[in-house]
Amino acid sequence: MASASPPLLSMRGIAKSFPGVQALRDVDLDLHRGEVLALLGENGAGKSTLIKILGGAHTPDAGRIVVDGIEARLRSPQQARRTGIAVIHQELNLVPGLTGCENIFLGQERGAWRCVSRAVEAREAEELMRRLGLDVPLHVPCRRLTVAQQQILEIAKALLHEARIIVMDEPTAALTPLETRQLFSIIDDLRSRGLGIIYISHRLEEIFRIADRIVVLRDGTKVGERKVNAVDRPGLIAMMVGRPLTEEFPKREPRIGEPRLVVSGLRRGRAVKGVSLEIRRGEVLALTGLVGSGRTETARLIFGADRPESGTILLDGRPLAGGGPRAAIRHGIALLPEDRKTQGLVLAHSLRDNFGLPNMDWLSTCGFLRRRLERTRFSEYATRLRIRAPATTTLARNLSGGNQQKLVLAKWLARRCEVLLFDEPTRGIDVGARYEIYALINELAAAGKSILLISSDLPEVLGMADRIVVMHEGRVTGEIADARNSDQRQIMELAVRGGEAA
Amino acid sequence: MSGAACIRRGLFRLANYGMLPVLALLVVMFSVQTITEQHPEGAAAGRTLAAEILRTAVRPRVVAVAQAHDGDTQFVNALVAGLAAGGGEVVATARGDAAEAGRIFASVREPIAAVACTRVTAGWPVVRNAAAAFPALAGAPVMTPPAVRWPQFLMPANIRNIANSISIIAIIAIGMTLVIIAGGIDLSVGSLIALAAVLATLLIRDGITVGPLRLLGGDLAATPMTMVVASVLAVTACGLLGLMSGGLITGFRLPPFIVTLAMMLIARGTAKDLTQSESVYQIPAGYTWLGGQASLWGIPNAVVLMLVLYAAAWVLMHRTVYGRYLYAVGGNAEAARLSGVPVTRVLLVAYFLCGLLAGVGGIVMASRTKSGSATYGEMYELSAIAAVVVGGTSISGGEGSILGTLIGAFIIAVIETGMNLTHVPAERQPIVLGSVILGAVLLDRLKQWAWRRRSGPVDEE
Repeated sequence: MASASPPLLSMRGIAKSFPGVQALRDVDLDLHRGEVLALLGENGAGKSTLIKILGGAHTPDAGRIVVDGIEARLRSPQQARRTGIAVIHQELNLVPGLTGCENIFLGQERGAWRCVSRAVEAREAEELMRRLGLDVPLHVPCRRLTVAQQQILEIAKALLHEARIIVMDEPTAALTPLETRQLFSIIDDLRSRGLGIIYISHRLEEIFRIADRIVVLRDGTKVGERKVNAVDRPGLIAMMVGRPLTEEFPKREPRIGEPRLVVSGLRRGRAVKGVSLEIRRGEVLALTGLVGSGRTETARLIFGADRPESGTILLDGRPLAGGGPRAAIRHGIALLPEDRKTQGLVLAHSLRDNFGLPNMDWLSTCGFLRRRLERTRFSEYATRLRIRAPATTTLARNLSGGNQQKLVLAKWLARRCEVLLFDEPTRGIDVGARYEIYALINELAAAGKSILLISSDLPEVLGMADRIVVMHEGRVTGEIADARNSDQRQIMELAVRGGEAA
Repeated sequence: MSGAACIRRGLFRLANYGMLPVLALLVVMFSVQTITEQHPEGAAAGRTLAAEILRTAVRPRVVAVAQAHDGDTQFVNALVAGLAAGGGEVVATARGDAAEAGRIFASVREPIAAVACTRVTAGWPVVRNAAAAFPALAGAPVMTPPAVRWPQFLMPANIRNIANSISIIAIIAIGMTLVIIAGGIDLSVGSLIALAAVLATLLIRDGITVGPLRLLGGDLAATPMTMVVASVLAVTACGLLGLMSGGLITGFRLPPFIVTLAMMLIARGTAKDLTQSESVYQIPAGYTWLGGQASLWGIPNAVVLMLVLYAAAWVLMHRTVYGRYLYAVGGNAEAARLSGVPVTRVLLVAYFLCGLLAGVGGIVMASRTKSGSATYGEMYELSAIAAVVVGGTSISGGEGSILGTLIGAFIIAVIETGMNLTHVPAERQPIVLGSVILGAVLLDRLKQWAWRRRSGPVDEE
């Protein structure tokens, strides 16, 4: 590795404060050519701010940034791009109605006299794809591409801008394992071409697979910098949270009772093609499989968010006839959706309003709100779940991911729901808050509730579940009755083998 | 809670109604610009003149000269009472014309401290020359109520005028606020005003025939009951049309803009068709009770109605489950649905109420003009939207307040009347109004940016 040559990117003494918050303090960071640097830290550690400084969205209060030996000014996204820095955000920035080719060239169209030459663009784009050894349809609207394909377009766009530094923020969050492997081979290729890559992820196993070096931020300062082969998983977690975490998954003695929710022959469109499963009292049932295998859709059918074409849902032996989410909620079923920002919360509203939303029936008399009751109940749950927020009137959008998830949980706990459907409850949530959510799930199961845990995170599935159901392309392909004595390989086989295993 | 915390919370609340300072600023500006000599009349004039006379003389004996109308009677009564309280006395009073004043002056025998006049009577030659012509009045000054410098803008009559002129738009803006907060829009309210006015006046004039029965109607001799029932029916019809818009929007997922645009044309066309584009005015004078001069404690009935509706809307939006649901549906319909909010029902009620309130606006309009016409309420939907937006409600839904809308409506009315008082040409007034609407939304956006910067970084991961 080229540690002897001057670094590609060198940040020295970077500081940034917002009124009341010191987001970054005296951070040094070097990135070399042909290196993948993993940036780790809990939410709020300062990763976002650092990326935004690199991307030109924030201006640092102090510090120097040198790119390729030249002092860089990153006052705007345009300047950052001209400097050769490309940031690929979690939410991709492609125009859904334009084709891949049009998106790649957006802002730097090829042609003369302000007329776009589609032929030139197509030739250039195909040439670029060939050079990268990639295959993405370039002439269909982006909305028809998968997330992975869109990501590749973003990378292609960055290369077209002659980016020397690519920052990737949680690129694998929405990818299947197969797509993740593909992305990693692309990253390997970029590395061999001498680009510098800053890689952000909460998934530690990815870090060990792809990164050369790891930098850990905590509370706005750099707390550690290691070669990837000089550190192990527990050590890394300890560095991130500032204390050794004795265990990643809290222990629980399962006391499993009779079946509560029995689903059979559930079917809707191409996503769910006949799913049967049952969840028992006091049980954590993990539903796993690749992204797109129909797990989320199954949970939505159980909750009544979508109408099943056929199939029955029995709760305590009684059929749960249609009637949508309202009926499900009345029967004590709760759904904690995968995307809490667009489905779980009203971001522009206060914590208290969000908390009260599904609980209006007992927080009102004759249609009038019982505001004092709402306030005291919310405070109780906020304390119990350790929701960290300045006030009950704080807006939900100003919370970190972990606290948002706890808020969603609080509103359902207040209903004393009996069946809770968790869809990717820890996605994008930092290690500390993750542990708290696991502990809460265990607490609920111990209290006799029935839990459905949808997750792509296999260590999480193995660590939390009593029983595992695996789906593939809308069908259940297998069940692992003894989750504690299985391994990731067993799950993956069921998840990719599909119909053969059923 | 400590006093300081209380004040801070109060100020925070105030800041939520961001346009209130703007309204205050406009009022101050127009007030300063319209400060003029104001000549009090009636009882107020009598009181101030009595005080003035008592200041210049001890136990004054006074001759009063006034005209015979109501205002001057009040003037004399107040003058008599005021002087009596200070030990003075009105020895003679002339009520009528200049000749009457001469006769009264001639009849006075004892010396007089002053001649108390109104501004009008002080101008009569017989009064001006009284000191020379009548010995008893020698040395008695002619005194009139002292003029005060006071903004024309802040005269009670002008404030009443502002409130009255805005009441219709303010009433339909309530419904618009509900619909916009729920994430929709309703362009049909202006046309519904015309439809309600036409339906109500037609029902009062002609009634309806159901089989052999002829109901309502009665032309100029219609009973109050007929007028009430006709108005209620017209308002209900508007509510149902609103409900229909809501049904199309929620049932077929059509865009609210298009559905209510169509409803706007349908309602306007129906009103035109029903009246053959003629005004319906054959209704009893009593129909003007709601929108005319009748008042409660000096506040016109239409303004009282407006204030009552705003109070009710505030309670609905901030103290009821429905209000909470309304905001949630506008803020994030999917999250609301997954939290068990009956989204369709919430939207239907919002559009129903919006139609209903447009109908009420139409009745006020018909009452004010004592007629119904298909041309009523043109462009009112845009004024209502302007009031809502100036009042700080987000056009994308989920955020806003009903009191903000009231403030927004007043800002628009204050600017309009203020410009009239300061003689801004009518042609130029829309330019100012447009600029103010732009300024209002800009200010709101700037405030949001400042607020966001203060609240620090939000970790998006």
